[in-house]
Amino acid sequence: MNESIPILPDAASTSASEVDLLSLTLLSITFVFSVGIACAIGYFALRYWHTRDVNRKLHESVKAHWQIELTWSLIPLIILMVMFSWGADMFVRYHEPPDNPIEINVVAKQWMWKIGHESGPREINALHIPIGRPVRLTMISEDVIHSFYVPAFRNKQDVLPGRYTTMWFEATKLGTYHLFCAEFCGTNHSRMIGQVIVQSPADHAAWLESQPVASAAERGRRLMDSSGCLQCHGADGNRFGPPLNGLFGRQVVLKDGSRHTVDESYIRRAILEPQTQMRAGFQPIMPSFDGKLTPEQVLDIMMYLKSVADADGPVAGPGPDTASLLPESPHSSSPPSGGEDGRRPDEGGLGPDDSQLSKTLTELPLTPALSPSRGEGANAFPAPPATTDSSSSGNNSREEIK
Amino acid sequence: MTESSNNYLNDGSTIRSWLLTTDHKRIAILYMVSITFFFLFGGAAAVLIRLELLTPEGDMMRADTYNKLFSLHGIIMVFFFLIPSIPSVLGNFLIPIMIGARDMAFPKLNLISWYIFMTGGLFSLITILVGGVDTGWTFYTPYSSTYANTYVLLAAAGIFIAGFSSILTGLNFIVTIHLLRAPGMHWFRLPLFVWTHYATSLIFVLGTPVLAVTLALLGVERILGVGIFDPALGGDPLLFQHLFWFYSHPAVYIMILPGMGVVSELMACFSRKPIFGYGFVAMAGLGIAVLSFLVWGHHMFVSGQSVYAGLVFSFLSMLVAIPSAVKVFNWTATMYKGTIFLKTPMLYALGFIGLFTVGGLTGISLATLPFDVHVHDTYFIVAHFHYIMVGSAVMAYLGGIHFWWPKITGRIYSEWWGRVSALVVFFGFNLAFFPQFVLGYLGNPRRYHQYPGEFQVFHIMSSLGATILGLGYLLPLCYLTWSLKYGRRASDNPWHAKGLEWETSSPPPTHNFVTTPIVNEPPYNYGQPHREEEIGEGEPAKHHVEKAEVES
Repeated sequence: MNESIPILPDAASTSASEVDLLSLTLLSITFVFSVGIACAIGYFALRYWHTRDVNRKLHESVKAHWQIELTWSLIPLIILMVMFSWGADMFVRYHEPPDNPIEINVVAKQWMWKIGHESGPREINALHIPIGRPVRLTMISEDVIHSFYVPAFRNKQDVLPGRYTTMWFEATKLGTYHLFCAEFCGTNHSRMIGQVIVQSPADHAAWLESQPVASAAERGRRLMDSSGCLQCHGADGNRFGPPLNGLFGRQVVLKDGSRHTVDESYIRRAILEPQTQMRAGFQPIMPSFDGKLTPEQVLDIMMYLKSVADADGPVAGPGPDTASLLPESPHSSSPPSGGEDGRRPDEGGLGPDDSQLSKTLTELPLTPALSPSRGEGANAFPAPPATTDSSSSGNNSREEIK
Repeated sequence: MTESSNNYLNDGSTIRSWLLTTDHKRIAILYMVSITFFFLFGGAAAVLIRLELLTPEGDMMRADTYNKLFSLHGIIMVFFFLIPSIPSVLGNFLIPIMIGARDMAFPKLNLISWYIFMTGGLFSLITILVGGVDTGWTFYTPYSSTYANTYVLLAAAGIFIAGFSSILTGLNFIVTIHLLRAPGMHWFRLPLFVWTHYATSLIFVLGTPVLAVTLALLGVERILGVGIFDPALGGDPLLFQHLFWFYSHPAVYIMILPGMGVVSELMACFSRKPIFGYGFVAMAGLGIAVLSFLVWGHHMFVSGQSVYAGLVFSFLSMLVAIPSAVKVFNWTATMYKGTIFLKTPMLYALGFIGLFTVGGLTGISLATLPFDVHVHDTYFIVAHFHYIMVGSAVMAYLGGIHFWWPKITGRIYSEWWGRVSALVVFFGFNLAFFPQFVLGYLGNPRRYHQYPGEFQVFHIMSSLGATILGLGYLLPLCYLTWSLKYGRRASDNPWHAKGLEWETSSPPPTHNFVTTPIVNEPPYNYGQPHREEEIGEGEPAKHHVEKAEVES
């Protein structure tokens, strides 16, 4: 990629230069101590070479070991504690969620990265983000453990099956950067790579514009409609389930009396294993959607619930008023969705529209003809389509089908 | 003294007298031959890996083959070379002699340990023959428990079995050190080699069962489909990592602590001085062993464990650096006002200190949270642990083998070739692994069959260094073997060293001592030698000596 031999990777995030400064300090400590030890050894070896006639009588003060031992224990201890505090402070700060981030969903599987944007577009092995805005990833794996690693951002987070992990970064430099899978995940681990493309806000907006699909929240809401969620959780439903408006981020009381903040993990469990965390005051009648929804679909529903996190008043239903609650997206002019034509949930859960939609979303571009997860068929898998072109054409074809 | 015809080597020369021996010295030789064999096996895998990585494209072998090679390299080197290396060879040979005992506390158990070890090794070799395993030596779930389509169980069974060899060896060492010390051999007259093996044995006994349980659980999930680690079955994948590193981090200290013991002996002998701060060095070893059980979470800073856990493990990992630093400072201070001889073992010992310092300091860097987040699972980690496990541990092993070679075999090797090998190994090692620090910081993930082209120059340097390192390792194999037949006879104490092992003949008689020694001086009681004194030359070959009867 670069003509010259690199010594430092690109530094393209708000944390990169800070991490580099920390690393440089650690390098200096390593250098000073190892060169110091090497020089001491070299000097002693020459000075006290066995044929040299030098004074070898130890002074009394050198024989009083414990003061010496204490000194050379305490000095490193002080240095260590300084480095620990510095690192701990950064680590804690990097784990505090940023203000008003762009939310992005990541689903990892052997051996590809599936990216879903808040405003709808999906990519494979590529992530387009604007410069100068925090981006927060909510990640989950379909199979084994992977790890989302962007060296230029100095950031990495393992992606686990069955559980969300999150990470965030804010790009500070335009360009295209490596995305690696850092946790060994099987045959094509070293091909589970992609690109992070940092764009100017205008370019990014234009790119999003060129990906004419419904926003993730909108998809999520239609999915809830078609899956029958709103029959119980909706405004016109029979109210067996708790209301969903303003739910995300709130504290709720469970049957066992414990309080729980509604976060990504809570929502995921509520959908896939509803019986494990029953809300106080509701009947345990919700069926599990485990195996019925893909990880991407669960994340779409999550996006919808986040989009109505601040809404109050009537519970979100499939009615037209819902549209006003959706976040502003460049796709407000996208084709009318199932919800906006006023179709009610009791008029048939799965319209042709929706089944078509969920089919396109789950099957077409996201699961290319891959050998199943067990490590057979090693090199049959071609190099991943890491370029913007191929992924956007993937999106286009999805649109055509739609 | 060298005329003593009755020694452990010529006390029976049949295959049976070797395979059914309960003599700790012969068992040590059995271990030496076996782990050398495993080392060559693991080394061959490393050669293929470094060849593949010469080019960015995965063009020499298939991805699956590559994955199997690094798994094989890791499993063989960790479980069948590094962990048994110094304890099972040098520890077995020296501990009873160093404390003035006739044998280990449980000689038959000692032999059984070797058979268990070989059974485990056999399983690993069968694994390779039938098709290999591709999980890496870390066996992370749910890849290993559900998704890997290779011989995971067979490989895990080999490690499971070999673990019992570790446990029994550790048990044997602890009991032997407690009960069989010669009159006058107080705890604080023990050589540091014995102290560090005592610390290592504690880890063997306390840590290895956890690994056995972990691998057993892995087997239960893989065979019976019981959900322990795979979330699809209701398990927790991080549980495996916690259990695995609870053993495998202390296992790193199993590899390095005995090396520290060897280096302590060498520094004292070739500085002709007592080790500086003997008591502190001994206690630092125990301190490392205890702390080693409290730092496993530093392998999991980006795994999804809580931020709070990350902070605690970062803090505790920093603390391990203190006893390690104390040891390095004390070794260096031992040379102060000493009488320095740079013989082959001393060169290896100094190489150990240099590489251990770099490995340890980069370990401090890795304990610093944001730094680890960036370089975790990259070549930086690979470089770091090779500095500790290869740079340090293998340097110490080779240093120890050279130092005690005259005692073990009764022969003197070529000093010139010895020094050459020490220098070649040191140079080759640094060329092989220093570029990997840079590679890691640049972001090249480990276990990558193919990699982006901008990393190639560092991979070429690394492969070149690995070639030199490989040659450096082959040298001792040649000249040490050569010395068995053509080397000059060694005197009982060619280094004029202190310690009970140098008071018996070379090679020692079957029961180590003709009369039980009585210890009445502190350890490393080196007097000031004449400055003209040359050590290590052995006895001039005045008369034709009969060939030593060393069986393969």
